[in-house]
Amino acid sequence: MLNNVYIIGAGETKFGELWDKSLRNLAVEAGLKAIENAGVYSKDIDAIYGANGLAGTINEQENIGALIADFSGLSNEGIPALRVEASTASGAAAVREAYLSIKSGEYDLVVVGGVEKMTDIHGSSILEKMSSILDREWEAFFGATPAAMAALIARKYMNDFNVEKEALSMFSVNDHLNASKNPDAQYRNKLTLEQAMGATPIADPLNMMDCSPISDGAAAIVLASENFVKKNKKEGVKILSSAVAEDYLSVGSRESIYTLNSAKLAAEKAFKKAGIKRDDISFLEVHDSFSIYGLLELEDLGFAEKGKAKNMVYDDIKLNGRLPVNPSGGLKAKGDPYGAVGIGQVVDAYKQLMEKAGEGQIKNARYALLHNMAGTGASSIVHILGE
Amino acid sequence: MTELSRIWRETEYRYNLIGFKCNNCGRSYFPPRDICPYCHRESIGKMEKVKFSGNGEILSYTTVHDAPPAFKRQVPYTLALVKLDEGPVITAQIVDCDPDEVNTGKKVHMVFRKIREDGTNGVIEYGYKFRLN
Ligand SMILES: [Zn+2]
Repeated sequence: MLNNVYIIGAGETKFGELWDKSLRNLAVEAGLKAIENAGVYSKDIDAIYGANGLAGTINEQENIGALIADFSGLSNEGIPALRVEASTASGAAAVREAYLSIKSGEYDLVVVGGVEKMTDIHGSSILEKMSSILDREWEAFFGATPAAMAALIARKYMNDFNVEKEALSMFSVNDHLNASKNPDAQYRNKLTLEQAMGATPIADPLNMMDCSPISDGAAAIVLASENFVKKNKKEGVKILSSAVAEDYLSVGSRESIYTLNSAKLAAEKAFKKAGIKRDDISFLEVHDSFSIYGLLELEDLGFAEKGKAKNMVYDDIKLNGRLPVNPSGGLKAKGDPYGAVGIGQVVDAYKQLMEKAGEGQIKNARYALLHNMAGTGASSIVHILGE
Repeated sequence: MTELSRIWRETEYRYNLIGFKCNNCGRSYFPPRDICPYCHRESIGKMEKVKFSGNGEILSYTTVHDAPPAFKRQVPYTLALVKLDEGPVITAQIVDCDPDEVNTGKKVHMVFRKIREDGTNGVIEYGYKFRLN
């Protein structure tokens, strides 16, 4: 195929409560790390895609594309810079737009960055802003929060498939264990099953240890065309496929409340285009903003039958298991800076596939599947990386 | 602060539980939508307003402990997915009962209640909640 697309550099900030860093500080820090890692210069850059979910409401700053380009020192060159918004899947959406821009032949080198600065707002007001990832007028208006919607899904799922709370908690335990090996992760403490089960209730059956934290952070990657890679003798990881699919915005409108149809459709398309099988996948990064989603994703991405993900959470998903899940620490422990998440997944997968993941390195990692999801599953974006 | 018109334009639906029925395939919808996702353009002009009975059953529920400022005074409250007798599944609070009484499959009916307050000086917003039968 013409115009294969490669990831040739990646970088990210630490994820967490970064009081001393602003939205623009974070974006620039991640961008520079990626560019340095790729060994490219500003003259090489054809375009920038910036991902962000909520800067308009949290930081009261729109115009994110221009802001990133400006404070990266690229205004004199007039390099195109656009923001991509797809709620909590903004990151992967930007990766996909950048991928398409190279695939089309228009560009040879594109920088993709994602940023979210979530701690700039006081107290529980952040929850009001975060609830904008739901249907504002018909879910959030009536008292729904992202956690409450996940809890509604979890309760019915647990009832119908006889799944114990422990299975959900194990997903968070695995995230924390993996994050303990990731220096960029927000929470590097190991979590015991007892701690995970006994945490403060948020929206039962979900407690605080089932919910991703509020995070600041940024991540960036450099994508290049096959031409650029050959001409400049770069090494990289190939993007084998990129796919996106939508579902109803509100949970109640979906035929099955515990089926992530968008994930199902996106995964099917991604595997078809990549030309590999599920058995070929070395590890997954999934969008577990709430532990329940981790289990649903294993099922709907096609790695377990409906209701059976509980059988994978004890051993299979571990770093040395049959199918490692969230070697980065996932959204629960690495962190959940909305617009940066999807690109952070690529940063980690790039390191794994280049065998530069340090302590958390998976042996013989060849292919990665990344799933970044918007809201409660309204959009799903799947990328398969490898070679 | 929210402009009144934003609330006013939805009051018909929120106060009376009015949704839409597609007269091409017969499916009912809530929240209101202009196009049937099964019939697409065949449904244009055939979506008719219907008032739902307000009867339904609890599909799933949760007790919310962590809420945005507009709901702080109501914490903890019970939120549910209610499957209306006419088909649509809606997100709403269950009120006037002990949280322990709430369970999947229980029959409920709609009541008209205060939903939220937009700060101390803003509008008080009203709409549907549900009670156990
Ligand atoms: Zn129809």
